[in-house]
Amino acid sequence: MAAADGTLSVQIKVKRYQPEKEAKPYWQEFRVQVDPKDRLLDALNQIKWEQDGTLTFRRSCAHGVCGSDAMRINGRNRLACKLLIEDVGTRITVEPMLGFPVIRDLVVDMDPFFAKYEKIKPYLINDEPEPRTERRQSPEQRERYDETTKCILCGACTGSCPSVWANADWVGPASIVNAHRFIFDSRDRGANERLQILSDRNGVWRCRTIFNCSEACPRGIHVTDAIEEVKRAIMYGSNAIE
Amino acid sequence: MNYHKFDVVIVGAGGAGLMSAMQLAHNSSIAVISKLYPTRSHTGAAQGGVAAALGNQEEDHWKWHMFDTVKGGDYLTDQDAAEILAREAIDAVYDLEHWGLPFNRTPDGKIDQRRFGGHTRNFGEGPVRRSCYAADRTGHMILQTMYQQSVKNQVNFFNEYMMLDLLINDGQACGVVALCLRDGSIHVFHAKTIVLATGGYGRAWRITSNALACTGDGMAVAYRRGLPLEDMEMYQFHPTGLYRIGILLSEAARGEGAYILNNEGERFCIRYAPTMEELAPRDMVSRFIVQEIAEGRGIGGKDYVYLSVAHLGKEKIDAKLPDITDFARNYLNVEPYYEPIPIQPTAHYAMGGIPTDIEGRVVVDEQNTVLPGLYAAGEVACVSVHGANRLGTNSLVDLIVFGRRAGKHIAAKWLPEADFAPLPANPDGYATELVEGLLSRANGKGETQERIRQELRDEMTEKVGVVRSETTLLAMQQKIAELKERWANVRLMDTSHTFNTELMEVIELGNLIECAEATVAGALARKESRGGHYREDYQKRDDANFLKHTLAYRSDTPGQPDLRYKPVVITEFQPKERKY
Ligand SMILES: Cc1cc2nc3c(=O)[nH]c(=O)nc-3n(C[C@H](O)[C@H](O)[C@H](O)COP(=O)(O)OP(=O)(O)OC[C@H]3O[C@@H](n4cnc5c(N)ncnc54)[C@H](O)[C@@H]3O)c2cc1C
Ligand code: FES
Repeated sequence: MAAADGTLSVQIKVKRYQPEKEAKPYWQEFRVQVDPKDRLLDALNQIKWEQDGTLTFRRSCAHGVCGSDAMRINGRNRLACKLLIEDVGTRITVEPMLGFPVIRDLVVDMDPFFAKYEKIKPYLINDEPEPRTERRQSPEQRERYDETTKCILCGACTGSCPSVWANADWVGPASIVNAHRFIFDSRDRGANERLQILSDRNGVWRCRTIFNCSEACPRGIHVTDAIEEVKRAIMYGSNAIE
Repeated sequence: MNYHKFDVVIVGAGGAGLMSAMQLAHNSSIAVISKLYPTRSHTGAAQGGVAAALGNQEEDHWKWHMFDTVKGGDYLTDQDAAEILAREAIDAVYDLEHWGLPFNRTPDGKIDQRRFGGHTRNFGEGPVRRSCYAADRTGHMILQTMYQQSVKNQVNFFNEYMMLDLLINDGQACGVVALCLRDGSIHVFHAKTIVLATGGYGRAWRITSNALACTGDGMAVAYRRGLPLEDMEMYQFHPTGLYRIGILLSEAARGEGAYILNNEGERFCIRYAPTMEELAPRDMVSRFIVQEIAEGRGIGGKDYVYLSVAHLGKEKIDAKLPDITDFARNYLNVEPYYEPIPIQPTAHYAMGGIPTDIEGRVVVDEQNTVLPGLYAAGEVACVSVHGANRLGTNSLVDLIVFGRRAGKHIAAKWLPEADFAPLPANPDGYATELVEGLLSRANGKGETQERIRQELRDEMTEKVGVVRSETTLLAMQQKIAELKERWANVRLMDTSHTFNTELMEVIELGNLIECAEATVAGALARKESRGGHYREDYQKRDDANFLKHTLAYRSDTPGQPDLRYKPVVITEFQPKERKY
């Protein structure tokens, strides 16, 4: 249904939650006229700025690097700023991510998510004296953990994981990705501490290899594979960490 | 009103704020306030790299880096600051590596380095490899690494708290007032020290590389409290933004050998800058592009040209430029392996900001009088290390070098002798009135924020862009006075206290208008062309009259701040004509 100027009429159905007005969430439909090359985020902004200023969501960079606007779009967790209207169609359903407490509309409480991230000691552990210049690391050693350094902590993987929905205490995929980033870094000496944390009841073993997380990751991280590598490191000890 | 008390309150959790926090976390009571979760800060969007004369790839010296910074800044750079930047960059980069930053590596395991615009060997002889990088997500890695260290050091964060006001009493900074987004409550932070690290204001333009959160809050808050803003007319337009959207394609592409082409397929930069070619400084390349377009050599006669990486080959593109080529695929449907990418200049970086000395202390006049207790670092500040034009990869250096210096100075020199200044009477008065005033106008009559925002951004792009003139600037000055009045009557649609992002946006819009006011006034008075400030009606640099920094003070007349000037610090390099 392209208009003469090339724009499209798009219907966006949003799961609203306005705690100061209504105790329960409800659905609301909006219609906007947008360029097919617009981002879904542009369409949401258009609604907010022109139709309904109460529509609430987070956003900042608008090009998929800050991790603010992960939400459930047509049943899948995506970043609204990375998705073009032409790729998602003219009937779009938008909800907050599952598995997170909702604060308002599409804004969820990220504090528990960051608390779990902190659990796995997400920082370089190495007490050896620092050299005057850089620590050496070969390009191959650097490549070993390249993929998991891409994580932007948007929560799309964690919010797509049925094991997270079933058990809010589980550390979840994003934390394991960030543990992986250090466990496989040749400069780090904290692998055993982290593996111990992750072999606990709420550690890696709750992962049922469903692959939702890998599909959800807007940074193209093969999350399930990273989790598998961490599982293997737990089973076979640090030898598995080459 | 909620009351908090800390030795140090840092506002902003980007590279600059976290770097200061790192120096203080061990032994002081500190809090970091940020309107975004720290990892959402715009530092994470930086792509290309961070400059430091490590000499890992070829001979390099900090003095060459210092010279490039001064020359790149068209001699408006304060040379004492440039020296510190170039010298201390080296240790600051090693600090980052020791904290775990995953830099790309050379075959022998050192930090890899690549070329970047305006960075040269031996005082301008040719390009040098000085940019330390982690693929094309260096800023992401810096931000992640510093946040990781903050977690390790158990820094106290107040996330999604928006600073609305700065408190000054008895000649000393003594606190900030912030809005807690989650429940709309107002918080007063009483402190001995405040560090402003709130970033830039690129959202004042329509085509910009900046995040929606880059709204100049720190600058506007200081300006409203009577502090000057320095050199705001010096705003950088990066040559290679994605056509129509402004998303940045890092100079790293050109550092790796990308071409810029006009409609005849000509690498026109060579015509203008025979030595540095595409790697001439940004202000110049942006002007080359505007000139080509003006002379009808834009692609298809339109207002864009091409950036081409196809000749670099798939392997190099994937290894060195994966993110930015994805932007082209994702947002323009262009496959950079084979196709050139449509680009145009995009509003990118504030060289100006809140004036500071080389310790990061905020100074308030021509004599560089320090305002005790107040520091600023990063894009919000103006040391002035970037002068009239910042070189690529020099902002990340600025964050880590001056963020670190500010933190160290606070710890070693200021805190041992500082005391809490008492809060002024009714400390949250301004902030509470602002918020309640806006909320009470909800659902009444009058216009909402949208038209005001659009007009500001459209007209700034048109009138205060790469090329300016008396006519366009005067028109914009009037427009700003009009927008200020309209903003004062703006109507909200959202009356809620829970996560009211419309309220946040309207306050941000007010801040952008303040920043734009200082920008336009400085540009109007500077009747010369220098660095990022190009006047069609005064095309030459004029050292006799304008080798000096602008200080803009807010006045009672909308659109017309009072302007004062202070001299440039020149130590080693006398101003010369800038050729590349
Ligand atoms: C796309 C892009 C690429 C870039 N690439 C490079 C590069 O390769 N090399 C380079 O050197 N430079 C680069 N730059 C420039 C550089 O990234 C920025 O100048 C720099 O990151 C700014 O850092 P900062 O710490 O000053 O501010 P930011 O990172 O913007 O952080 C600002 C912080 O302040 C907080 N804040 C803002 N307002 C408020 C408020 N009112 N209340 C509370 N908190 C507030 C925010 O939440 C945020 O935490 C790039 C810039 C862009 C846009
Ligand atoms: S707004 Fe930053 S990731 Fe979407």
